[in-house]
Amino acid sequence: MQLKLKNVFLIAVLGCAASMPCGAGEARVAVAANFAEPLKAVAAVLEKTTGHTLNITAGATGKLVAQIRNGAPFEVLLAADTQAPAQLEKDGLTQAGSRFTYATGKLVLWSADATRVDPKGEVLKGGQFRKLAYANPKVAPYGVAAVQVMDQLGLATALAPKLVQGESIGQTFGFVHTGNAELGFVALSQVLEGGRLKSGSIWLVPQPLYAPIRQDAVVLQRGAANPAAQALMRLLKSPAIQDLIRSYGYDL
Amino acid sequence: MLLTASDLQAIGLTLQVATLTTLILLVIGTPLAWWLTRTRSVFKKPLGALVALPLVLPPSVLGFYLLVLMGPHGTVGQWTQALGLGVLPFTFAGLVLASVLYSLPFMVQPVQHAMEAMGTRPLEVAASLRASPRDTFFSVVLPLCKPGLISGAVMSFAHTVGEFGVVLMVGGNIPGVTRVISVQIYDHVEALEYADAHRLAAVMLGFSFVVLLALHLYNGERRRDTPP
Repeated sequence: MQLKLKNVFLIAVLGCAASMPCGAGEARVAVAANFAEPLKAVAAVLEKTTGHTLNITAGATGKLVAQIRNGAPFEVLLAADTQAPAQLEKDGLTQAGSRFTYATGKLVLWSADATRVDPKGEVLKGGQFRKLAYANPKVAPYGVAAVQVMDQLGLATALAPKLVQGESIGQTFGFVHTGNAELGFVALSQVLEGGRLKSGSIWLVPQPLYAPIRQDAVVLQRGAANPAAQALMRLLKSPAIQDLIRSYGYDL
Repeated sequence: MLLTASDLQAIGLTLQVATLTTLILLVIGTPLAWWLTRTRSVFKKPLGALVALPLVLPPSVLGFYLLVLMGPHGTVGQWTQALGLGVLPFTFAGLVLASVLYSLPFMVQPVQHAMEAMGTRPLEVAASLRASPRDTFFSVVLPLCKPGLISGAVMSFAHTVGEFGVVLMVGGNIPGVTRVISVQIYDHVEALEYADAHRLAAVMLGFSFVVLLALHLYNGERRRDTPP
């Protein structure tokens, strides 16, 4: 009987060691929709190296912040701007000193049609399209950037009747992907795969037309004592992961 | 009331969508209910189930299918483009079409119940007086089913006003075109504009209560009038 118990214990230890390091935890992460895909890749690395898993919720930064302020049980926020995490920090809702910029995003004008968008974005001025999608600027930083671009080009009034709003950059991408909007301002990270354009045509909007989309990560109060949350933050700062993030078109 | 111009625009738009949807549903829902009442076709049950689908389907399912089907590569989208109507998502017409599908059971079911409750006796009497089927429908069936028609119209209208998920998926949040009250409230809440959200939400709460109260009073009144 004693021997049997010993065996069971041994099997349990071996099984645990083989599958993942013991004491692996889970962190609930709220992520801006533009970084949802890269975060899945980061989560895979995190699980492989530490055994920690991520429970991911994607949405527009503003919505995630509204949810956090109303008690949503997130432990880490990967925002699409610097203001939202800074404001949460100011209000004492984060772990002090945890905030840092994990990526700088880029805005593109994208069409699912491979020939529609020219490399200089002249298509915007031509007006040969029915709908132009962008993310709701009230809650999505990429929407704010899109508005800046249209203002800078002096096209805000001309384009107004063609605008349709996605609730996040994720829904905006969907509007263009299904062809319901011929054009849309989306994140470069959404249309790249392994450093290459997945499909359609893009105009990489030049930087002077919009303020850099610096994206900050922060550990929220609930995550301060969670090893999985801390491990994710460490991983995001590692050179290998930074290379991975760059492969989605982000600057660092 | 301190409603903003964009709130008023959303209210006006919502009333337009709901009115148009209700009128369309009266025109197509009434004959559909009549057919479902009278038919002995094998399609009666499947079609009845199809009509009831929006009651149980998540609005996201309806919204997703509409977005794909009405889009430029979808079947419906191909037809509308061939007819020169363009593509329907993000348009007022698309919103009305979505609302008609979404509120269909709210019109058809009360009307069908009224027609079934009427029974065949009035039809036999009308036939014995040599009324044509058409004449019977308009002079006998419709007046007798008036309470069902009123219930259906009121419920369709109110349900369309309360529509949210489908609009969120196929609307594109365009002021004056697809930004209805429910979406406007959602926008306010998500942007932490709680004061604005409160004002509009209170309007919706009051409206919905009054509509349901009126309907209950009407139904109660009618029951008292009809001898058991």
